[in-house]
Amino acid sequence: MQKVPTFSKGGVHPDDKKVFSRSQSIERLPMPSELIVALSQHLGAPAKALKAKGDTVLKGEKIGESAGFISSDVHSPVNGVIKEVRRVTLANSVQCDAFVIVPDAEQPDQESVKLDWKDQSSADLLAKIKDLGIVGMGGATFPAHVKFSVPRDKKVEAFVVNGVECEPYLTADYRIMLEKGEQALEGAMICAKITGARRIIVGIEMNKPDCITHLQEIVKQKGYPIEIVGLKVKYPQGDEKQLLKATIHREIPSGKLPLDVGAVVANIGTCNAIYEAIVLGKSLYERVISVTGECIANPKNILAPVGTKVSDLLAFCGGFSSEPEKLVSGGPMMGFSFFDMETPITKGSSGLLALPPQKKVRTTPCLNCGRCVAACPIGLMPAKLYRLIDNGRYEEAMQTSLMDCKECGCCSYVCPAHLPLVHTMKTGKKLGRKKK
Amino acid sequence: MNKPTLTVSSSPHLHAKTDTASIMWIVSLALAPATLWGVYVFGLRSALVLAVAIASSLLCEFLLGKVSKESTLWDGSAFLTGLLVGLNMSPSVPLFIPFLASAFAIFVAKWVFGGLGANWANPALAGRVFVFFSFTTPMSSYVTPKTLASAMPDALASATPLGFAKTAIASGTLGMDANALLEGASYPATSFAQSISSVTGFSAYSIDSFLGNVAGCIGEVSALALLIGGIFLLVSKIITWHIPVTYLLSVGVFSWIFGGIPSANGAFSGSFFPSMFSGGLMLGALFMATDYVTSPISHKGQIVYGLGCGFFTFLFRYFGSMPEAVSVSILLMNILTPTIDRYIIPRKFGDTRELRKKQKEAKV
Repeated sequence: MQKVPTFSKGGVHPDDKKVFSRSQSIERLPMPSELIVALSQHLGAPAKALKAKGDTVLKGEKIGESAGFISSDVHSPVNGVIKEVRRVTLANSVQCDAFVIVPDAEQPDQESVKLDWKDQSSADLLAKIKDLGIVGMGGATFPAHVKFSVPRDKKVEAFVVNGVECEPYLTADYRIMLEKGEQALEGAMICAKITGARRIIVGIEMNKPDCITHLQEIVKQKGYPIEIVGLKVKYPQGDEKQLLKATIHREIPSGKLPLDVGAVVANIGTCNAIYEAIVLGKSLYERVISVTGECIANPKNILAPVGTKVSDLLAFCGGFSSEPEKLVSGGPMMGFSFFDMETPITKGSSGLLALPPQKKVRTTPCLNCGRCVAACPIGLMPAKLYRLIDNGRYEEAMQTSLMDCKECGCCSYVCPAHLPLVHTMKTGKKLGRKKK
Repeated sequence: MNKPTLTVSSSPHLHAKTDTASIMWIVSLALAPATLWGVYVFGLRSALVLAVAIASSLLCEFLLGKVSKESTLWDGSAFLTGLLVGLNMSPSVPLFIPFLASAFAIFVAKWVFGGLGANWANPALAGRVFVFFSFTTPMSSYVTPKTLASAMPDALASATPLGFAKTAIASGTLGMDANALLEGASYPATSFAQSISSVTGFSAYSIDSFLGNVAGCIGEVSALALLIGGIFLLVSKIITWHIPVTYLLSVGVFSWIFGGIPSANGAFSGSFFPSMFSGGLMLGALFMATDYVTSPISHKGQIVYGLGCGFFTFLFRYFGSMPEAVSVSILLMNILTPTIDRYIIPRKFGDTRELRKKQKEAKV
């Protein structure tokens, strides 16, 4: 039997819990009565507001302009009127200005003119991606045009599409692959053209065999030079470092980017957004989000406009079936818990989870059991870092590779003492940076 | 919509099922076969020894918990320490000895250094070594196991096979291996072991020490019962193979190569398997050396630690003047654990030899 590719170091096996929403096909959310479109929906500088209170906006119109090298444009999801400009707190605790938009009763239909991209130069395509506000849709929301700008001295061997979706519960990418697979793969072809990649690889975890066969059929039919690779089910398989190790067997050194090992990684959802941007001319103003978890009455995969309030999504899913302990934006391993039901979703919201109360376990001192060390996919010693940070020795922690921690959650997940390891790493990074 | 009371906390929002208490109770459960066998062959008196050790350990933990206003009684670690102390006692010891050993383990070895997770030495072993060197005679007088007594009632059998061979070599009986020595002194073996021995060719003494028909501490005699528990721990992923396998194999290999030298038999004449099954090695390798707190945190470090334990055990067994090879070697490696953890660290993702070389050159 052939060995299933995966990354070699660390990783954990949480129960995948995708059963709640995996069989629900993508549904479009009925237009909410109000949208809160934040100006900071991406990594980097918040966008600069182009509109003011009282202005009318059109669907797909640019309302926020990129304000830095790493930044992205923001577009209106609807025809409507800006009711006010308000300061909001997003699920990941980022505070920024946001447009509160009241949509018109009548909304324009989707454009269905298809544009040909094959004759366009990669610089033109890149400009379009920037103009239409495409960011990474896996959760990190890194602006796509920055990621795809390949410096002259670098060569891209492989464009790797991330269809892993290793976070438990989430099924948004799964549904995109099943329902919009053709679009997403064409999007991948566009990306490959922009980056000049020689190989295109799609990595998918083996718990989605239907996606693998479906995409393989499309590739065969269309004659795309795309390799579909089934990967072992292991968290965090979908992290770009782990994904590249599994697919092209290269390790990104500390502090380097995928480009340094000749690769560019993009989420399958991003590829779909790029298809919609380039071929349909659509800016990124809506996305697929899985609303799921034990406490959701009717879990669904929803195509919702960016800026939809959490309360509207929950109402569409029939509310709670039982009282949740936590609401989480994103996946359960790396997502953010928040408390305000009026929080809007952003371009990076891949999931909305309502999780039931968990058994309360008392923390004990660290036992030195080594589970965290064995689980860390980066090869750090979380227990040691924890001790350093706990004692206020931030600089020493920084020298012990604290900054390489990507907060994937494996160490906290396995810790029998139930120590808040990831929490401590996050705190340590903040305080360590401050001290410098 | 009803507004639930929501908790906000850092990711991850999922957790594996294991916790400290469940680990401690599972390890205690894994000691059940060895405990039951010990009580069976040495009689109810040994159960009393175990009960005193456990009660003393729990009492100390309770009292110290009162003083420091923490209730740590139910995390299971004190129970496990007490059980291990009891299993490390000879069945005939006066009852104040297990009481003192447990008290020393909890008070001195564990709480003085900061309680669970902060002790540098395995508490149970520290307790045992403390009473061994304080009360050597009662600690080293053993009882003939029930299974042997029926085979051949003999005062001889109350010496452990290892101790017997050691004494013989020390008194100048050279040129014979351990089996020959035991046979020469008509050391008893069970008829069951003798019948297996005649079929397989293994020495009856090795078979008896594998099965547990020898004199010794309550919990150490049956390698088989300990192995069952150890395999259970490996399967339930409480321990990994790194420490026990390197420890056992290194003792076996060292004994095979050099074990014949003290008895003037030359190299490569020592015993491989019997060395692994005798004395407290199996209990030590599976349940004592694998103590999380006092063993290295990384797998690489654990291999070094296992090899170190193996080397010192071999050294003390064949070239030392005292028994206690296993306990002392594990304690010695406990001392080295922080050093191992400092210098043997896992390879960082993306860190290659060429990269490190480049960085070094860049610095110069």
